[in-house]
Amino acid sequence: MQIHEMTLEEHPFLTGIAAQHHALLMGCAQSATFTPGSYLFHEGEPANAFYLLLKGKVMLEVSTSKQAALPIETIEAGEVLGWSWLFTPYRWHFSARAIEPVQASVLDAACLRAKCEEDHTFGYTVVTKIASILMQRLQATRLQLLDLYQ
Amino acid sequence: MLPRLYHILHRQKELANTFTFILEPCDNATAPAFASGQFNMLYIFGIGEIPLSISGDPTHTDLLIHTVRSVGNVSQATCALKPQDIVGIRGPFGNPWPIEQARGKDLLLIAGGLGLAPLRPVMYQILAQREQYRNVTLLYGARTPEDILYRKECESWRAHLDLDIAITVDRAPTTWRGSIGVVTRLIPRAHFEPQNTIAFICGPEIMMRFSATELEKQGIATEAIYVSMERNMKCAIGFCGHCQYGSAFICKDGPVLPYSHVRNLFFLREI
Repeated sequence: MQIHEMTLEEHPFLTGIAAQHHALLMGCAQSATFTPGSYLFHEGEPANAFYLLLKGKVMLEVSTSKQAALPIETIEAGEVLGWSWLFTPYRWHFSARAIEPVQASVLDAACLRAKCEEDHTFGYTVVTKIASILMQRLQATRLQLLDLYQ
Repeated sequence: MLPRLYHILHRQKELANTFTFILEPCDNATAPAFASGQFNMLYIFGIGEIPLSISGDPTHTDLLIHTVRSVGNVSQATCALKPQDIVGIRGPFGNPWPIEQARGKDLLLIAGGLGLAPLRPVMYQILAQREQYRNVTLLYGARTPEDILYRKECESWRAHLDLDIAITVDRAPTTWRGSIGVVTRLIPRAHFEPQNTIAFICGPEIMMRFSATELEKQGIATEAIYVSMERNMKCAIGFCGHCQYGSAFICKDGPVLPYSHVRNLFFLREI
């Protein structure tokens, strides 16, 4: 599919977010690019960021003792990557590797958590947004587990 | 209806247990015209008869094309057919995809597994008259990269600059550079104008239900979503009742049905 590069303002995660909350989010954000093959993060490392993907594709992987990392899912432009930053012990459960040139807005986790703590309305907005994404991913994973096409 | 005799002209292995057959009428007459989404009853003499969706090009009906997966006695026997073997064919039957309604609109095709077969005629039809449709998107989900049906054709469709083709697999080795995840995950990534889109879905029922739910969430009207249903069929003309699904007979009123007609039935057990 032709994935169009999007601006941060066009990212679906920001849809419906009030202007003052938008500003709080942007206060924690910086741009980053990742070349194919590079890792955005590794499992077990501190989860210190939250990614809004603007371009490209990222593979989520899990390590196994027997073989190379197993791919689990791809996350693509317009989607968000990572929620381990929101829950203790703030460590990544999976690794994320760019498989295409990736552009992302990277939100600093400590900054975001502090703002959520200071402004609970903002915190509620962020948590409900993340919870909605978690629900979608959980449903997709359950469907994936059904092995429908055998 | 009596079966008409056809002989196998060509057998193509698609996947480990899936084959495509090109058939020709034994009487050298042309095969009957069909519409995308219709099916035939294929009779293996002495074994039985099964419904098979037609997977060929509706604009070229000189040959009949079916893709079959070996799952039961009859389909297993079908997959074992060789060139020159003779089978009986009744059809075409059933309600086709409402392609006419898609003219001037965005068209979203969503297929899962072997569900790509009944949608392939739609792709042929669109490619023959591409200017009549706006954005055309095919979202296809397969089990693994090795299970992608019509792989070469998918690659050639992807080369068209005016088609959006997205393929995802449920699981893949590290060498795979495509998408991993269920087909419903592709829907929010697709480009379409919800109020001006018509969607055709074909695949396992659960996949169709979740896909339709996601489409509704994206703003597509329930009435603009169509699904292709599958049931055990016998007569194929609405007499025997084997394929009854609520108030509809899948053979006669389907296999393509508006999602609005079956939406509530999808949530009922043992229907």
